[in-house]
Amino acid sequence: MSEGAAILSGPAHVSRPTSAVGEGRAVRWTLIAVAIVFLALFLVLPMLTIFVQAFSKGWETYLATFREPDAIAAVKLTLTVAAIAVPFNLVFGVAAAWAIAKFEFPGKSLLVTLIDLPFSVSPVVSGLIYVLVFGTQGVFGGFFAAHGIQILFALPGIVLATIFVTFPFVARELIPLMQEQGTAEEEAALTLGASGLWAFLTVTLPNIRWGLLYSVLLCNARAMGEFGAVSVVSGHIRGLTNTIPLHVEILYNEYNFVAAFAVASLLAGLALVTLLLKSVLEWRYAGDLAAGGRH
Amino acid sequence: MRAGELLGLLGPSGSGKTTLLRIIAGLDFPDRGRVLFGGDDATGLPVQQRAVGFVFQHYALFKHMSVADNIAYGLNARKRSDRPSRTEIRRRVGDLLDLIKLSGFGDRYPSQLSGGQRQRVALARALAVEPRVLLLDEPFGALDAQVRKDLRRWLREIHDRTGQTTIFVTHDQDEALELSDRVAVLDRGRLEQVGTPDEVQDNPASATVLKFLGDAVEIEAIAEGGQVRVDGRPVPSVVAPEGLIGPVKLYVRPWQIQLTEPAAAHLHGTVRASHRSQGRQRIEVDRGESRPLLVEDFDGERYAAGREVGLRIVGGYVFA
Amino acid sequence: MSEPRKPRRQFRRPSVLPGFGITFGYTLTCLSLVVLLPLAALVWRASGLGLSGILDVARDPRVASALRISFGVSLLAALTASIFGFVVAWVLTRYRFPGRRIVDATVDLPFALPTAVAGIALASLYAPTGLVGAQLERIGIQAAYTPVGIFIAMVFIGLPFAVRTVQPLIAEIDKEVEEASATLGASRRATLVKVVLPPLIPAVLTGFALAFARGVGEYGSIIFIAGNLPYVSEIAPLLIVIKLSEYDYAGAAAIATIMLGISFLTLLAINLIQAWSRRRFGYV
Repeated sequence: MSEGAAILSGPAHVSRPTSAVGEGRAVRWTLIAVAIVFLALFLVLPMLTIFVQAFSKGWETYLATFREPDAIAAVKLTLTVAAIAVPFNLVFGVAAAWAIAKFEFPGKSLLVTLIDLPFSVSPVVSGLIYVLVFGTQGVFGGFFAAHGIQILFALPGIVLATIFVTFPFVARELIPLMQEQGTAEEEAALTLGASGLWAFLTVTLPNIRWGLLYSVLLCNARAMGEFGAVSVVSGHIRGLTNTIPLHVEILYNEYNFVAAFAVASLLAGLALVTLLLKSVLEWRYAGDLAAGGRH
Repeated sequence: MRAGELLGLLGPSGSGKTTLLRIIAGLDFPDRGRVLFGGDDATGLPVQQRAVGFVFQHYALFKHMSVADNIAYGLNARKRSDRPSRTEIRRRVGDLLDLIKLSGFGDRYPSQLSGGQRQRVALARALAVEPRVLLLDEPFGALDAQVRKDLRRWLREIHDRTGQTTIFVTHDQDEALELSDRVAVLDRGRLEQVGTPDEVQDNPASATVLKFLGDAVEIEAIAEGGQVRVDGRPVPSVVAPEGLIGPVKLYVRPWQIQLTEPAAAHLHGTVRASHRSQGRQRIEVDRGESRPLLVEDFDGERYAAGREVGLRIVGGYVFA
Repeated sequence: MSEPRKPRRQFRRPSVLPGFGITFGYTLTCLSLVVLLPLAALVWRASGLGLSGILDVARDPRVASALRISFGVSLLAALTASIFGFVVAWVLTRYRFPGRRIVDATVDLPFALPTAVAGIALASLYAPTGLVGAQLERIGIQAAYTPVGIFIAMVFIGLPFAVRTVQPLIAEIDKEVEEASATLGASRRATLVKVVLPPLIPAVLTGFALAFARGVGEYGSIIFIAGNLPYVSEIAPLLIVIKLSEYDYAGAAAIATIMLGISFLTLLAINLIQAWSRRRFGYV
């Protein structure tokens, strides 16, 4: 491609490259155009489609979707699930990062790999494993059934599956961040007479606050949007065990496209807000986030 | 360690200086041995109760706190019953800011300060808790040469004014010798010598100490009857340790060798090269060995390469 | 009050920082309950079937075709995502143009957008009646309800992995190395091929492997656009769901085990690539 650059860019005094090395102007703009068209086709257009479809029958129809009791129930359920799963993973992530980043012990990299494991498991398999544990033929299924505790096709199952798929989010952001920060500041606090807890609250926590917010943001987006895993454990009971994504699926399969896209636009909006906040954090506090700790 | 003194822990990197400092602070744990503070055993005492002021090599300032909050941290961390009142804390922070000549910088954040300023804030933060002993880990290690010199002098002044018992770690001989009341030389985890800068320079306890404190050349010599002879001629002002007889190694500083007429010399050689710098000249003398002998002299007569010279040794050190 | 520290066998290196025991214990407990125990249930299930049982399930024509589609299409999609992802990453790190930050943020859309939402959007966009689908129809390509649709969805979700693994490394390329190459008389093409690209290969391979693994396991964004015709556009994860709805736990576990096995191998490959890269280039 650079051979073309030399020819296309012409004499040096016409279009001087910004740097002595690098592609010529024409190649640069061609590549930029390819990248933008590709992203537009694959990423931006689908996003726009959601909102166009959602409002295709006007505001009234859009709003009417959210007066449906099933839709309201789905929103409530999704919020409930996120309200349990996200704090759980927050506490877990901070604890894991403290143990892993601030101390030296054997088997550390194995532990990190195991924490990362849910990221490489298919969402459907993530749901399946809970069915295998708690289902009627499952390992503990009989036990819970005998005690009248409903796990599968109920809130606990959905929460568990959601915790599983979002399990690594906070930990994998905080571990490299806290490793990078080292232990000197905590040690300084201790020499100045601070207790361990006080040092954690006044030194560690403020140092990781942006990374924490960043990871919670992504964790929340995934928790509210998880489809595959939740779909397997939920049982699709309308008004009871349908989260927002599952409700979208039902509406879509009923050919109720406008309603499906209207409900989907809630999640798309959440995704946009998440993306916006994430970008703001990356631009303003890049130094306070784990380098390369994206996705 | 004496109360009120400024002790320099000197040693090459990896000699265990920082570890020793961290053990004194309670940040690392000794495999054996004890840490005594004025006769009290502090070995089992947690770091919080040791009342040490530790200044970290890279300062470890709290990035998210202002300079004033950094300095006040130790006071604010105290239990309510021991904590000074807010106005008292503010007054002390103000005093310390004056002391480190950063009055008016209280509201700044560490990222807005230069390296030297950060170092001073770290010192003020450590002093704020009125420690029994102040521990400084390579206090000037991360600074450039000019700032280093200024801060060195300033630290000495602060110490003279406050009388704070202080230990600092350095791998820089000049720094240790200029700053300390006494110097402790460490090598590979062993304490080689403790003494005033004069003592360690005039009477180094071992060849390690000697070599670490400056350039030295090794010369084969013979010890006999309290004298040390090179090529049959006694070396003035060197006394062999009692009972030391036979071949020994004589360690000689470059300025303890004079160039003379070949007739009166201990050694002979050919000038290979000479360099002048700051009123002195360093002359490399070839004696048929792989490495030339280094001689330091006042910038007087110039010695051209190839000239035959005699070397007279006027001092040196011998170790048993 | 102070006694000499008792020498004891230490699991971790001693440190003055507190809280190791409680946080380490809590981490292990959570990990075991949430991740390890359920995964063990799958392994236990699968081991009940035995290797021959799993292979029997895999030989079932419908399962075999679903696995073929999942892995084959994902391979193609990961390849596409890697190529275009590289261009995107290059453009975003090397060139300055208006709106660059917005474009940069856009790349993460598939991470943030719930898969089901992406799925219905892609389905309606690439359906024969959809905006892009109609155009594709005109040139004789039917996207929706065919493997082409699956391919599109997999490129969509794989793209961020391809971009984000290469991007930091492109940013880290030392401009002086390129300049050195130029002063030594190398053409721009020679500089790119011989100096700039080789150190990026491990990252590209890692991004490819991540996109591939993600594509194989993906469910939500595919099922709407795929049409799910058995033997034509039915993916393996969907087949697990179908087996489950038929209460065929063993069959579901068998397919899941095969998929886990493949993702395990992919992970292994990524680790090997990174180990090689660390030896060869000194970084990951």
